[in-house]
Amino acid sequence: MYEHDVIVVGAGGAGLRAAIAAHEAGADVAMVTKLHPVRSHTGAAEGGINAALREGDDWELHAYDTMKGSDYLGDAPAIETLAKDAPEDTITLEHWGMPFSREDDGTVSQRPFGGLSFPRTTYAGAETGHHLLHVLYEQVVKRGIQVYNEWFVMNLAVTDEPDPNDRTCHGVVAYDVQSGTVEGFKANNGVIIATGGPGQAFDHTTNAVSCTGDGQAMAYRAGVPLEDMEFVQFHPTTLPSTGVLISEGVRGEGGILYNEDGERFMFEHGYANNDGELASRDVVSRAELTEVNEGRGVNDEYVHLDMRHLGSERILDRLENILHLAEDFEGVDGLVEPMPVKPGQHYEMGGIETDENGKTCVDGLYAAGECACVSVHGANRLGGNALPELVVFGKRAGYHAAGKDLGEAEIETGYSTDVEDETETELPITPGEAGIEPVSTSESVATDGSGQVAGGDALLEQAVGAERERVERLMEKESGTKHADIRSKLQNAMTRDVNVFREEEGLKRALKEIQECRELYQDVSVEDPSRTFNTDLQMTYETRNLIDVAETITLGALVRNEFRGAHWRLENQIRDDENWLKHTLISWNGGKPSIWYRPVILEGEDKTYEPKVRSY
Amino acid sequence: MSTQQQQPEEPETQESPVEGEPETESAPEPQQRRLERKRLGQAQREQAEAETEPEETKIHLKVFRYDPEVEAKQEPRFDDYYVPYERGMTVLDALIYARDEFDSSLTFRHSCRQAICGSDAFFVNGSQHLGCKTQLSELEQPVRIEPLPHQEVIKDLVVDMEHFYDQMHSVEPYMKQEDLPDGDLEEFRQSRENREKIKMSTRCIWCGACMSSCNIAAGDNQYLGPAAINKAYRFAMDEREDEEIKEHRLRIIEQEHGVWRCQTQFSCTEVCPKDIPLTEHIQELKREAVKKNLKFW
Repeated sequence: MYEHDVIVVGAGGAGLRAAIAAHEAGADVAMVTKLHPVRSHTGAAEGGINAALREGDDWELHAYDTMKGSDYLGDAPAIETLAKDAPEDTITLEHWGMPFSREDDGTVSQRPFGGLSFPRTTYAGAETGHHLLHVLYEQVVKRGIQVYNEWFVMNLAVTDEPDPNDRTCHGVVAYDVQSGTVEGFKANNGVIIATGGPGQAFDHTTNAVSCTGDGQAMAYRAGVPLEDMEFVQFHPTTLPSTGVLISEGVRGEGGILYNEDGERFMFEHGYANNDGELASRDVVSRAELTEVNEGRGVNDEYVHLDMRHLGSERILDRLENILHLAEDFEGVDGLVEPMPVKPGQHYEMGGIETDENGKTCVDGLYAAGECACVSVHGANRLGGNALPELVVFGKRAGYHAAGKDLGEAEIETGYSTDVEDETETELPITPGEAGIEPVSTSESVATDGSGQVAGGDALLEQAVGAERERVERLMEKESGTKHADIRSKLQNAMTRDVNVFREEEGLKRALKEIQECRELYQDVSVEDPSRTFNTDLQMTYETRNLIDVAETITLGALVRNEFRGAHWRLENQIRDDENWLKHTLISWNGGKPSIWYRPVILEGEDKTYEPKVRSY
Repeated sequence: MSTQQQQPEEPETQESPVEGEPETESAPEPQQRRLERKRLGQAQREQAEAETEPEETKIHLKVFRYDPEVEAKQEPRFDDYYVPYERGMTVLDALIYARDEFDSSLTFRHSCRQAICGSDAFFVNGSQHLGCKTQLSELEQPVRIEPLPHQEVIKDLVVDMEHFYDQMHSVEPYMKQEDLPDGDLEEFRQSRENREKIKMSTRCIWCGACMSSCNIAAGDNQYLGPAAINKAYRFAMDEREDEEIKEHRLRIIEQEHGVWRCQTQFSCTEVCPKDIPLTEHIQELKREAVKKNLKFW
């Protein structure tokens, strides 16, 4: 067994930032990642970091833009924390040597981005995430923070009191991919989940193959609610054949979208008469698909993004990486022809319910980054708000887990009796019913009820035993269904029915297919007999996580019968503030998901945000 | 075992029943005509393709296999896979297909699929390439895929990267300057020229292709290697690091197994998937080291 004060699961932007903060606060911190830190998907972020750094801008404008962008489903204390902390946290990155693009006077450059009232997106070419990831890893190396590379976390060691609010997390169980050893990692102060998004639940996604929602699924099964999972961002500019992302920076610098007839449809068809291409992402994605559906798409599939008029000098200076991506992955030269683009799954707005200190309702369990939902993004994330979220809330979670006092959180977490329960929606299946895999007796981790540190070791040992047993079971099975077949069935269902445009019938069909995936999973087997670098086994675990997370996305989408931000419903194409100014929360509840709601917090520090019509 | 007849399901786009219906119903007449025309055209195209294409094109892969634990794989061998070709298909796409359809135990690192995570550097037809950014159409068949040379093979295409990481860490790869501007949100300014100077060096994705291609590194295990020297260059050339720090860093890279080992064969530069002029950077550091040493004479 390994033992540290703080264990960070995942080593992308949020995880690295959390580890640095915990180390600064004096904790013995270690990172456990299924990759190596520099392989994390933060590196694929292109656009930039929103931060109010300049005269004429201030955090209140950033907060206002974010609240409006969220379609009034973000919580004001979270949004204001983001907007207030982002400037200092961005400058910290700059002081650590992050190679931002520069102005003539040597200050960092900022550019316009969708939904922003001020050009506050701080960037490093069109590869901001790559530089952010590497500068954070440099700081981890500098501080000598221990990283367990290529250790796949299989489960959390959480006590099993009936009320999740009474539970405690004592560590994690992980699998050394290289040797096949399953070991416990005890966390004396806290576990921080920073495992990124579940983009692989979809077929056409900008997300890496490793974005399998592991942390969300594990926290969910440990009793932590998942919040607002139905809000999935579809990025308007991804390459049609691969889903590779073409940064919003292209439109920020002046790139134009055209349909097959050469019309600048964002204006000419009235989707966003003021902001055009720089309307919020959900608006642009729906516009593109509407163009395609009405027969004005190029090859009936995509639209064109043209940046030629910007001139090669400006493109090479600020968007060079885009030229490489378009050429390598679509065979298009962005300097001489327009680039084909279509919407693709990009970001999960929802996630593990936390407060603004990254804490979940389970004691000692934290989450930060895309896997978490504080919530700052609400129903739609603005471009350039993911990276500041990583550093702001990664840092706060790291500090808090290490024992630093950040003050009382304003956001509540966990189920309480004064929340509203879902009663109405008729479901085509009983979610979670088929369970997943035969459950053995040792799977549910029991404690002596004290849940205290004394019992932590025993709890962790028991959790390790359960995972070792699960591995044996999967390895021993002679033949069965392949994880790859289940995963592809799941991805097809999600992309077909839980996409940009959603309707009741399709969502119900998706739920049924997710149920079928669960049934298939009962028969899953691992073909590779080796203990050495068995990715077959790892992907089998990941597929289970994807199934659980996909179900929460679809359940949320089915019950929320309104149109808000990224979530569009055929049956009710209006934002229904009367009934839906509230977060959807889904609790595992012993494998039988229960759905409940908590009101949005619109009261900020000095003012209350009034929901307004969201037009761009 | 699965067979080659299994095909990935058609992409979702043709059958998205959710999309569009409300819009198309109310669409004006010309639009409907246009839609009709397109659907017809599409159907005709598909039919024509089906009739004229005799057989789908298959790509022949020869993939290195080794597993210290599995008896049949303890002796390294090559397995043949025939993967149906689609336009734009990369080496990584073909490997994923072979794994998901033919053999779940086929093992390789990969993640982002877009040449930024640096996981999938392989030895393809005799040189180092990132699998995700190498088009099959540009390769001669059979496509021979092997693990990166000069590194210990853990299994199949997975090599031990620890030595590479150790070398990267040994150059103190982080900003050392502690004398930071104080004042609220005061930036540590950098000129555009200086940012441009270090720009290429900051693109490194730690894939290890350069190190694997280097003859010197192959013969001298302690040689820092092109990637680590490039990382040192990134900081040595940054105007925000002061003279003392720069000298400290030059001392690291001009050690016995440092820059002077490089024989300017340019193999690293040739294989770098991010087009970093590695050899030039190494040469420039040699010049800087000479300048520094002259100063102390």
